[in-house]
Amino acid sequence: MALAPARVEERLRERFTGTSIERQTGEAVRDHTLVVPADRLVEMAAFLRDEPELRFAMLSWVGGVDLLPREPRFEVIYHLLSLEHTCRITLKVRVHEAEPHVPTVIGVWPTANWHERETYDFYGIVFDGHPDLTRILLPDDWVGWPLRKDSPLGYQEVAFTHNTPGRMLPKPDLTVLKPKKVRYRAH
Amino acid sequence: MTLNMGPQHPSTHGVLRVVLELDGETVVKAKPIIGYLHTGMEKQAEYKTYTQSIPQTDRMDYLAPMSNNLALCLAAEKLLGIAAPARAQAIRVLLTELTRISAHCVWLGTHALDIGAMTVFFYCFREREKVLSIYEHVCGARMTASYFRVGGLSADIPAGFLDRCQTFVDEMPAHADEYERLLSKNPIWLARTRGVAPLSAADAVALGATGPILRGSGVRWDLRKNEPYCDYDQYDFEVPTGEHGDAYDRYRVRVQEIRQATRIADQAIQKLRAMGERGDYRLRDFKYVVPPKEEVKTSMEALIHHFKIVAHGFFPPVGEAYQAIEAPKGELGFYFVSDGTPRPWRMKVRSPSFVNLQTLPTMIQGRLVADVITAIGSLDIVLGEIDR
Repeated sequence: MALAPARVEERLRERFTGTSIERQTGEAVRDHTLVVPADRLVEMAAFLRDEPELRFAMLSWVGGVDLLPREPRFEVIYHLLSLEHTCRITLKVRVHEAEPHVPTVIGVWPTANWHERETYDFYGIVFDGHPDLTRILLPDDWVGWPLRKDSPLGYQEVAFTHNTPGRMLPKPDLTVLKPKKVRYRAH
Repeated sequence: MTLNMGPQHPSTHGVLRVVLELDGETVVKAKPIIGYLHTGMEKQAEYKTYTQSIPQTDRMDYLAPMSNNLALCLAAEKLLGIAAPARAQAIRVLLTELTRISAHCVWLGTHALDIGAMTVFFYCFREREKVLSIYEHVCGARMTASYFRVGGLSADIPAGFLDRCQTFVDEMPAHADEYERLLSKNPIWLARTRGVAPLSAADAVALGATGPILRGSGVRWDLRKNEPYCDYDQYDFEVPTGEHGDAYDRYRVRVQEIRQATRIADQAIQKLRAMGERGDYRLRDFKYVVPPKEEVKTSMEALIHHFKIVAHGFFPPVGEAYQAIEAPKGELGFYFVSDGTPRPWRMKVRSPSFVNLQTLPTMIQGRLVADVITAIGSLDIVLGEIDR
């Protein structure tokens, strides 16, 4: 029988009494999501993996979200999967911009290695204790964190004979590339 | 000695670079380096509506465009809290299973080619060509399908389409026999794959491997069975698994999957015949789905809905959703964060190849350098999906 995510939350609260575990609620939060503090994350991860009733042996993915202008600005998301009991649960850690640090979970799930590198690459969130925290998808000499909301969607103008060299910009002109403010009206 | 393999190496299936530290012919350490094909799809998606991101997904795993479309549409549907009609789901199942056959055919052909068996390549591409023609028949494109939409499909299936699929499905098992006749007992194939690039079940789970890699290591996990989507619980099929987790087991699993996919596709065709050659192909909820063209031409209401959705897209509720499907390569999932506007605040792609490639160093550590080719081949990676 499949394990209910509510039961996972119950077990977690039982084991970590006194720690703030917040169930994320909202109009359309479709997955069972728990917001947990960064300093207890690794302990919780190990508990979720090893507890016979839970057995979240697989970390499906890790990702970041930039919530600018909200504070804390970043969220790191851990999507866990229990193969034994067919259950998914999402853990979230909130991260402040001033101190974007989260402990690594490689010790619990080795697969976190590349996912954490990707999150670092896109958002500049530092995973403390990661053995090889370098850029993974972008070039090593890239400046900035492309998936942050204040990083514009840049482009380089295509080179044609009539627009080189005068109109060719070596770097995107950031002033004109700010995302357009569009106001939507609901139906 | 440090040896640089790739990024322009024919057997790395794209632009994968592996830095190998060798001791004689033995691999001491391997480090895959990726990112040569990075196009920032997740960033671009934040500037597009959900529907506009569908063509992007064709270019991720370009050997399985329909599976990618399906994953995005299902994630968006989960966010919206809607579901496509049963007939549309059956068409989706039919097409994604044909996609699985075609993706596995390309894998088998190129993998065999890497190891030195030329013939299989031509046989496999013959069948893949037939699937591409089926794509062309249904949506006009051979590789960049973009056929699925949030809430259903972009158009109904054309006349004669089911007969064409039926012909293909009927002849496919014989072709799978052909592949197996060429390889399964071939002494060279056995010597190159059996016991090569092994991955234990514990390692596979710890490293997050999914799809045929995980099943090849003996873990019976298939999202179509374990977390059914698109009414997969109504289809009768088996989940093949391996025992030793070596390259040969992965080969066995994938060939069996071709057979199982054929079975599922056949059942989907029968289901569609029972439902009618023409019928519901998308939801009639015009806040999220474009009305049929005939109605747009005749009804003012439909025209307004069409205009609203085309001009700025649908408005999902504020929230987030993750939905995964069993793509040919493993768990392919999309995660959307919505702020209530027609563009996703964040789109995250959990691509199977990206995670599966992480198992490469474990597979080849302490093995011969010639086996690196077999290991990369047996992983079935597509760099478009890894780098996104």
